[in-house]
Amino acid sequence: MIPELGQVALCLALAVALVQAIVPLWNPASAALARTAAQGQGLLIAFAFGCLTYAFVTNDFSVQYVAMHSNSALPLHYRVSGVWGGHEGSFLLWCLMLSVWMVAVSVFSSHLPEDMAARVLGVMGVLSAGFLAFMLFTSNPFDRLFPAPPDGRDLNPLLQDPGMVLHPPMLYMGYVGLSVAFSFAVAALLSGRLDAAWARWSRPWTTVAWVFLTVGIALGSGWAYYELGWGGWWFWDPVENASFMPWLVATALIHSLAVTEKRGGFRSWTVLLAIVAFGLSLLGTFLVRSGVLTSVHAFAVDPKRGIFILMLLALFIGGALALYAWRTARIGLGGAFEPVSRESLLLGNNVLLVAAAGTVFLGTLYPLLIDAVGAGKISVGPPYFETVFVPLMAPALFLMGVGPLARWKRASLPELAVRLRWALGVSLALGFLSPLLFGNWSAMVGFGLALAIWIVSTALLTLKKSLRQTRAHYGMVVAHIGVAAFVVGVTLVKGYESEQDAKMKPGEAVELAGYAFRLEEIASVKGPNYAGAQAKFVVSRNGKPVTVMYPERRHYTVQDQVMTEAAIDPGLTRDLYVSLGDPLEGGAWLVKVQHKPFIDWIWGGCLIMALGGLLAASDRRYRFAIRERRAAEAAA
Amino acid sequence: MKTIWLPLGFIALIGLLAAGLRLNPREVPSPLIGKPAPHFELPLLHEPDKRFTQRDMLGKVWVLNVWASWCPPCLVEHPVVTELAGSVPVIGLNYKDAREDALPWLKRNGDPYQFSVYDAAGRIAIDYGVYGVPETYVIDQKGVIRYKHIGPLTREVAQTRLRTLVKELDGGG
Repeated sequence: MIPELGQVALCLALAVALVQAIVPLWNPASAALARTAAQGQGLLIAFAFGCLTYAFVTNDFSVQYVAMHSNSALPLHYRVSGVWGGHEGSFLLWCLMLSVWMVAVSVFSSHLPEDMAARVLGVMGVLSAGFLAFMLFTSNPFDRLFPAPPDGRDLNPLLQDPGMVLHPPMLYMGYVGLSVAFSFAVAALLSGRLDAAWARWSRPWTTVAWVFLTVGIALGSGWAYYELGWGGWWFWDPVENASFMPWLVATALIHSLAVTEKRGGFRSWTVLLAIVAFGLSLLGTFLVRSGVLTSVHAFAVDPKRGIFILMLLALFIGGALALYAWRTARIGLGGAFEPVSRESLLLGNNVLLVAAAGTVFLGTLYPLLIDAVGAGKISVGPPYFETVFVPLMAPALFLMGVGPLARWKRASLPELAVRLRWALGVSLALGFLSPLLFGNWSAMVGFGLALAIWIVSTALLTLKKSLRQTRAHYGMVVAHIGVAAFVVGVTLVKGYESEQDAKMKPGEAVELAGYAFRLEEIASVKGPNYAGAQAKFVVSRNGKPVTVMYPERRHYTVQDQVMTEAAIDPGLTRDLYVSLGDPLEGGAWLVKVQHKPFIDWIWGGCLIMALGGLLAASDRRYRFAIRERRAAEAAA
Repeated sequence: MKTIWLPLGFIALIGLLAAGLRLNPREVPSPLIGKPAPHFELPLLHEPDKRFTQRDMLGKVWVLNVWASWCPPCLVEHPVVTELAGSVPVIGLNYKDAREDALPWLKRNGDPYQFSVYDAAGRIAIDYGVYGVPETYVIDQKGVIRYKHIGPLTREVAQTRLRTLVKELDGGG
């Protein structure tokens, strides 16, 4: 009965979404109706989501989706996260996230002109209607199975992990959050009012979406690091790229919105970025869900559904681009600026970020293109991405230091040079000297560290004149320092990581980076839905004990899948990483031990970036308008 | 000008993605498909003094399945191969294996093969472009390779690809 209620709620939500899509766009005076519709729709979708969760928690295997992705032996928290462990449920999550954003817009849009609020919610209604229709027609999570199987097929063991409980909701919040920037852009194109006010309204939304996207990507990368058991943190896999491209463009968008708000410039470019950013997140959804590319992450794949997502992509983004092409002449140019100015530096940053997104895009879709023209099967791997990506990012990181110190409209190059010479000297000297601390000098590491120090020192320089800055400014400083931490992590991991494969019997030890790993024993373990072997490693350094690590090798019985559960000893300056391989003859086991210096800085850097984003989004400038308006209402 | 290339580029992208939907990224084509199966002459696994060459099967549609006792995925596909052997002649190619391991393996798991040929050095595997065991080839009456599957056979592939292809070839020949 409960699943049918969920089904009915989804159908009603579709009806409400259609009303929300049609009425406000037809008659922009109906903002109140749009708000009510958005909130009602949010309630209906949340209710449907609750119904599916209930089916998972109560092990209702008569629901096909539950039977495919859960099992009575699955622990409760994974039964809850199993809701988004497959295609149908992850789309329901997608819709839920979209409705969360819609409700947020309906609540926090009181400072917008009524017609703008109506149009934004109308565009979001179109998006929501499209996705609800997709779900109901091609991937209904509430389909029943008759007769009901006695037990379910279990959740993919790779997804039975705490990181997976959080990663998809965060990433989807980010993906879908870009729809707000998209809706603002389309609404502005419809009304023809692309001005500084529009940019100010979009900015906090875009920044918050970017924060979620950042955290989501970081969680996914962290998950791959400890769950896939290889110790890699980024594989340039199509699915990873699918989330990375919108991130790059959203980063460009944040910076370009700053120019549009402050100087009225880049308007046409900003609108285009907002459309492209959301377009890329739809493209990402398409790539992940349709299986046109092979990936380590493609868990729920069905080519037939690809057509529908592709149609939505064509409709939404094609429509927006057509509107853009039609209206672009009316957008206007905005304030003029000199070749050396904050505008031009931000433009440089934008061009580099978009070019980087372009190279990722090419690398991701190239195998598909080659295959489609019948020229063979190829795969594009990390060597391509590293070769093209680093040269694009290095100048962007350099510009990051200059931009915030340059004046708007016109900056003086000699003056900039004076302000920056110390930072430049210090970062070059420190950067290229500090690899000596690791006992092994390398130009690559020196360059990376110099860039990181450059970013931090220039970010702090912006505070030299006065510490009384806006929260938005502090947010920028914090986010840039996060980028620096990220660069430090990547540079040192790339430069100094080491690993060793060994055949080990209990009692034997291997040595790596000054640490001795002694295999004490191997015991068998039994979990709720798996059985496996657990090794005990005693790690010591110079004879002093450091830690004890327990890597596992699990066999998940229902899906008959073997999983490596690596043991990680994390630390600020290094991770120790031990994974247990196959058993060999004579009681020996294959073991891989790895030493990863500063790897946690990679995710730490992402979290600092996200923190900076939150700080910036909470700037009072964005709340000011609300208070002003309330005051005006009170006075009237 | 710029208003034209933008939608055009977008339409091209959509077209590419739509085309991509009809392709299977996991399918690796073999240059051998449509070519005569490379010649070999090898001793049988069970009877080392008897020899078999692919020419002996001319006039029949048959399946060549590369396997080894050291290969766990071979054990995974074994039930599917056994089912398949009910309707098509399946000949095994025992690859880089030792007789004393291979024979007990067949005894333990059942022997679906009409017979297996024994290639301890893995020499003919190079001619056939074997790059992962197990692999499965369909060879037609004229001795031409018509299909190649890399990795363990699944029921789905055996049903939809192999059996229909064999039926087609049998009907056509």
